[in-house]
Amino acid sequence: MATVMKLVHRNALTSLMGQHCLSFSSAAAHRAAGVRAAQAFPGKVKIVEVGPRDGLQNEKTLVPTEAKIKLINMLSESGLSVIEATSFVSPKWVPQMADQVEVMKGISRKPGVTYQVLTPNLQGFQAAVKAGAPEVAIFGAASELFSKKNINCSVDESLQRFDEVMKAAKEAGVPVRGYVSCVIGCPYEGKVAPEKVAHVAKRLYSMGCYEISLGDTIGVGTPGSMTKMLEAVIKEVPVSALAVHCHDTYGQALANILVALQMGISVVDSSVAGLGGCPYAQGASGNVSTEDVVYMLHGLGIQTGVDLSKLMDAGAFICQTLNRKTSSKVAQAACKL
Amino acid sequence: MGNVPTTVKHCLSYEQLIEDYPWLRRWLQEDKEIVPTGVKIQLIDMLSGTGLSVIEATSFVSSKWVPQMADHTDVLRGIQKASNVQYPVLTPNLQGFQDAVAAGATEVAVFGSASETFSKKNINCSVDESMLRFEEVINAAKKRQIPVRGYVSCALGCPHEGHIEPSKVAEVAKRLYEMGCYEISLGDTIGIGTPGSMLKMLQRVMKDVPINALAVHCHDTYGQALPNILTALQMGVSVVDSAVAGLGGCPYAQGSSGNVSTEDVLYMLHGMGIETGVNIAKVIEAGSFICSALSRKTNSKVAQARSTACCDASL
Repeated sequence: MATVMKLVHRNALTSLMGQHCLSFSSAAAHRAAGVRAAQAFPGKVKIVEVGPRDGLQNEKTLVPTEAKIKLINMLSESGLSVIEATSFVSPKWVPQMADQVEVMKGISRKPGVTYQVLTPNLQGFQAAVKAGAPEVAIFGAASELFSKKNINCSVDESLQRFDEVMKAAKEAGVPVRGYVSCVIGCPYEGKVAPEKVAHVAKRLYSMGCYEISLGDTIGVGTPGSMTKMLEAVIKEVPVSALAVHCHDTYGQALANILVALQMGISVVDSSVAGLGGCPYAQGASGNVSTEDVVYMLHGLGIQTGVDLSKLMDAGAFICQTLNRKTSSKVAQAACKL
Repeated sequence: MGNVPTTVKHCLSYEQLIEDYPWLRRWLQEDKEIVPTGVKIQLIDMLSGTGLSVIEATSFVSSKWVPQMADHTDVLRGIQKASNVQYPVLTPNLQGFQDAVAAGATEVAVFGSASETFSKKNINCSVDESMLRFEEVINAAKKRQIPVRGYVSCALGCPHEGHIEPSKVAEVAKRLYEMGCYEISLGDTIGIGTPGSMLKMLQRVMKDVPINALAVHCHDTYGQALPNILTALQMGVSVVDSAVAGLGGCPYAQGSSGNVSTEDVLYMLHGMGIETGVNIAKVIEAGSFICSALSRKTNSKVAQARSTACCDASL
C-alpha cells in the first residue's frame, strides 16, 4: 500500500540543514540548493573498515582464526586503506578477540594498508605493539551513564586511563585514533548534548589522537541531529580530523553519512556485509554495510579506491562462514539481478 | 496492495513477463500472498487514522493480469473514507478509469515510463503510445473534475536499458504535467539511483515542471532510498511516496527490497523537524498488523528496532 506524504512547512528544512540552510521560497533558490549540495562533497573519502573487529565482535557466532585472516586479506585486496583488524582487550571480556596475536601475525600486510587495533589500556597497547600493530585506537563515550555501565568509570576517568596509552604511543611513534561513542543518543541517557560530544572529541584530539571517529552507537541519529552534533564538534576539532561511524539500526546511516559529507567530513567507518548487530536491540542491524556506503559514494563521483565487486566477494565469504545473510542491500540486489 | 510489483500492475504482455520471470508466475498464481479483502480494508482504515493524507488504495487493472487487485471495487467500497484523506487508484486506461469512477474513486493515477524498452516490455507499447492512452483517461477525468496523479517509472535507471537520460525523464514528466496531472511522482523503479543521479535528474526535471508539482518514489533495493529522498528534500521536493513496512519487493531482484518503508522515512523527516502530520506509532501498528496478516517480517528498520530495543532510546 503506497502512501504519499505531503510535507507541511517546507521551510522547516531551512532551520535544520546547518551550513546548507537555504530558503526554498523561489525557483532560483531551489536551483542554488541543488548546485550547492552537489558542490559540497569531498572528491575522495577514506573508508575505515571495521568488520573484522567491531563487526565480528558483535556477531553471535565465533569465527575461526583462519577465516578472520582470510577475510582481512580479501579486504586488503579490495582497495581499502584502513582495516580494523582486532582488539587487544582481555579475552575474558571479549572471547571473540582472543586470537588477537595470531590474527596480527597471520595476515598478509599489503603495502598502503593500515591495520588498526583497539587498545583499551596500557597492557593492551603493549601487547598490540609486540604483535606488530602499526596503529591503535582508544574509545571514549559522550555519555556518563554509558561509560559507567560499559567500563565502570566516568568519562573523565576513562580519558585519564588513556593518557598512559597516549604517552606510550607517542614514545613508540604509533598513531592513535580516538572513538567517541553515543554521539547522538545513549541507550541509558537518551539524547546526548552536542556540547558533550564536542568536549570529549576535543579532549581526545588534544591528547594526541590524529583522528576522531564520532559514533552513533545505537543508530538513533537523523540528518537533523547529525548536523547539530557536527556543528558543535567542528567548532572544537578540525573537520579534516573527523570521521563518522554511523549505525543503521533505524535505517538512517546513509542519510546521516550524506550530511556529514556535505559538512566536510571525508572519513567514514563501515563494516563489510553490515557485520555486527546492535547489542541494545536484539536482531536489529548495527553497523552500516561498506558495500552500501561505497555504492553511494561512487554514485556521487567520490573516489574511495575500493573495488566494489572484490569487497562483495569478501562479504560473501564471511557471511558463508558465519552462516548468515548479508545485511548489505547492494550485495543482496547485485547477486539477484 | 504493495506487494504486487509495479510492473505487473501495468502489464499487458503478461505472457512475456512470466516467461522472463518464472518465479513471478509462481508468486502470482500460487497465491501465497493473496490477501483477503477484509484485511486490505482493515489496513487502509488503520492507515487512515495515522494522519497520512494520501493512501493509494487499489488498482483498476484487469484481474487477469493482477489477481491481487481483483477485489478493487470491494476494497474501494468497503473502506471508511476519512474526510481529510485522498484515496487515489491506479487506472491504466479508460476502461479502468470508468470502473474506478463507478466504484466511487475520487482521484486516479496513470503510470508513464522514462524508458522505451520498459514501456514496451511492460505495457506492449511505446512511451508515446502510452501517453495517448493516458490522455483519454486525463480528459475523461477532467470532465468529472477528478484529479490525476502521474508517475514516471525508471527515472534513475531501467532494468533493460540501464542508464536513463534525465532529459527523457523531464520529457515524460512535462507531458504528463501539461496533459493535466496535478503532480508527477518520479520513480526509481529498481532502486539503483544515488544522491548523485537523483540530483542530476531533478535538476533537469525542475526546468520543465514546477518543483511543487513533483514527488519522489524511491526504492530501497540498493539501500539508497533515504539519502535519495534527503537529496530531493534539499532541492525543494516536498512530496514523498513510501509503503508501510516497506511492503513490495523488487520484481527485478528476487528477494531484494523494493519500496522504502514509511516508518523509516517518517523517522528521518521528524528527526529533521519536518512536519508530516503523521503519527509514526500508529503507522508502526498498521505495519505490524499487515506483516502479521502476511506472516512476514517488516522491512522497516525503525519498526524492527522499536520492537526489540531493550531501552526506548529512539529520539
